[in-house]
Amino acid sequence: MTELHEPQFALHVEDLTVTYGAAPALWDIDLDVPPGVMAAIVGPNGSGKSTLLKTVLGLVPPVAGHIRLFGQPLAAMRKRVGYVPQRSSVDWDFPTDVRDVVMMGLYGQIGWFRRPGPAHRTRAMEALTAVGMQDYADRQISQLSGGQQQRVFIARALVQDADVYFLDEPMAGVDRPTEDIIIALLQSLRDQGKTVIVVHHDLTTVERYFDWLVMLNTRIIAQGPVTDVYTPENLRATYGHRVALVKV
Amino acid sequence: MLDLLASYTVQTVLMGAVLLGLISGALGAFAVLRGQSLLGDTVSHAALPGIALGFLVAGGRDLGAVLIGATLSGGLAALSVMLITMRTRLKPDAALGVVLSVFFALGVVLLSHVQGRSGAAGAGLSTFLFGQAAATLRSDLWMMGGLAGFALGLIALIWKEAKLVSFDPDYARALGLPVARVQAVLTVMVALAIVAGLQMVGVILMVALLIAPAAAARQWARSLAGMVGLSMGFAVAAGVIGALISASARGLATGPVIVLVATAFVLISLAFAPERGLLARALARRARTRSLRADQVLGTIHALARSHDDPAYKAELGMLRTRHRAAARPALQRLTARGLVREVAHPPETTPHWQMTPEGRARAAMLEQGTARDD
Repeated sequence: MTELHEPQFALHVEDLTVTYGAAPALWDIDLDVPPGVMAAIVGPNGSGKSTLLKTVLGLVPPVAGHIRLFGQPLAAMRKRVGYVPQRSSVDWDFPTDVRDVVMMGLYGQIGWFRRPGPAHRTRAMEALTAVGMQDYADRQISQLSGGQQQRVFIARALVQDADVYFLDEPMAGVDRPTEDIIIALLQSLRDQGKTVIVVHHDLTTVERYFDWLVMLNTRIIAQGPVTDVYTPENLRATYGHRVALVKV
Repeated sequence: MLDLLASYTVQTVLMGAVLLGLISGALGAFAVLRGQSLLGDTVSHAALPGIALGFLVAGGRDLGAVLIGATLSGGLAALSVMLITMRTRLKPDAALGVVLSVFFALGVVLLSHVQGRSGAAGAGLSTFLFGQAAATLRSDLWMMGGLAGFALGLIALIWKEAKLVSFDPDYARALGLPVARVQAVLTVMVALAIVAGLQMVGVILMVALLIAPAAAARQWARSLAGMVGLSMGFAVAAGVIGALISASARGLATGPVIVLVATAFVLISLAFAPERGLLARALARRARTRSLRADQVLGTIHALARSHDDPAYKAELGMLRTRHRAAARPALQRLTARGLVREVAHPPETTPHWQMTPEGRARAAMLEQGTARDD
């Protein structure tokens, strides 16, 4: 057991720098997210939102800095982390059905050389029910709409029964009913004490959906409770002068 | 036919074809799903210099030395592609093309060198270009069987990890799976499948036996297990049918015939598979068009009924034809069959008329509001 470092935060990031080629994609990121919040990471295109998520999940190697989840390095926390990648990151023409994709969320727990059993199928069905997709369990994934694909991906993360969930643009290109289902679900996760961290692109819904906000443009511009951070100055600093403050 | 099957050589070739089909069918499914078809082609062509070197080192046509050489040079080619893609700005297809041509050119140079040096003994070497099934020995079968058992056993052991890594490598990495290692295992096994087929099918066409059965299987399969199984079935069938055709006709090279049979499976699958096949999709499109036309005709009757302020309005065929031309009659038949309209008389006119049923009125109203469901 390594010594805990900043265990009071669900996510603690210090001095994190990531480069693609020569230009830094993320520069000197210091970030703390307390447990039990629903946090949005916002910023303009190319500001490093997805890169930040992928670095935290160990998919992109940092050139400097460190990351802790509840005080521990990622390797010790894999089973407590749920991930919903961008929908477009996979080929939906893969020959499989919805239930099978959801069960993939359990592969880390099932372990090597074993097959999923009835208990795993039950858990997959529960997760599908939570996202309203229980009637689609046997559907080929190539036949799903965008919103349905997104819900399947969320069910796959749900079945992991994690403590921290990372979602990369879950509301991108989904229909309104799906967005409502996703938000209600994420908020209920938060209400159960889980931490939900979402890369988000729609500024008009930030205040309505989230209680914690991280504003990013290669560097951290601002972070904290939405009510403190969602200000005209911070928006200008993040997006330049292209965005006016949207108060709903 | 029975004479054919009694022949020792044909028996050996058939058993070889079955074993080869099992390996290449299973690994081909993963190669196709992971977008590695072209890598297979590169590895296969790049085996040629290794074959020639193995021949040189062993001082003759020793299958073991030749296959070890093929594995090494094929593996080196795969590694080169990976490094070029990672370290330079060259796109993967360009990297594959460059490596394939360099290795294959080197192979042809070495091949002509060996043939020039060793004369008649070296002539056997050129059979590796297109394969020579008849040269398969019983002892070769043991090697192929071992390879098949090893490859299929390994796939079965890492089945779910291989599936997840093929479908969503980033997510697999986030779960903590050793994605790079699983990918390496799958790639190495593709190389082994290719090497296993060099003797029968040759470096130039071997990739077809890897890719074609898998591409055909994708058309029919609804699960990964289904696709792998079908792909193995297609590959075995192609091997057996191809070997029998070439054995029954003099002078037909086995490898190319096997590949042609596999290609026929692909064409049939592309055309006739349910759901994904061209025919099924054309039929589905036609059904949608007809259903849309029927709704349009229903809409016209509905509009007429409204402008006459009479829900039971009887629309005359001539009016509907003016609007919908030849589509009117089949659309009305369809609507009648679905109970949405009925044919009625409207004396003194003797021409046919149509009237909406209550169900038809309900559907027309829903269509208008955009709340109708497709059927």
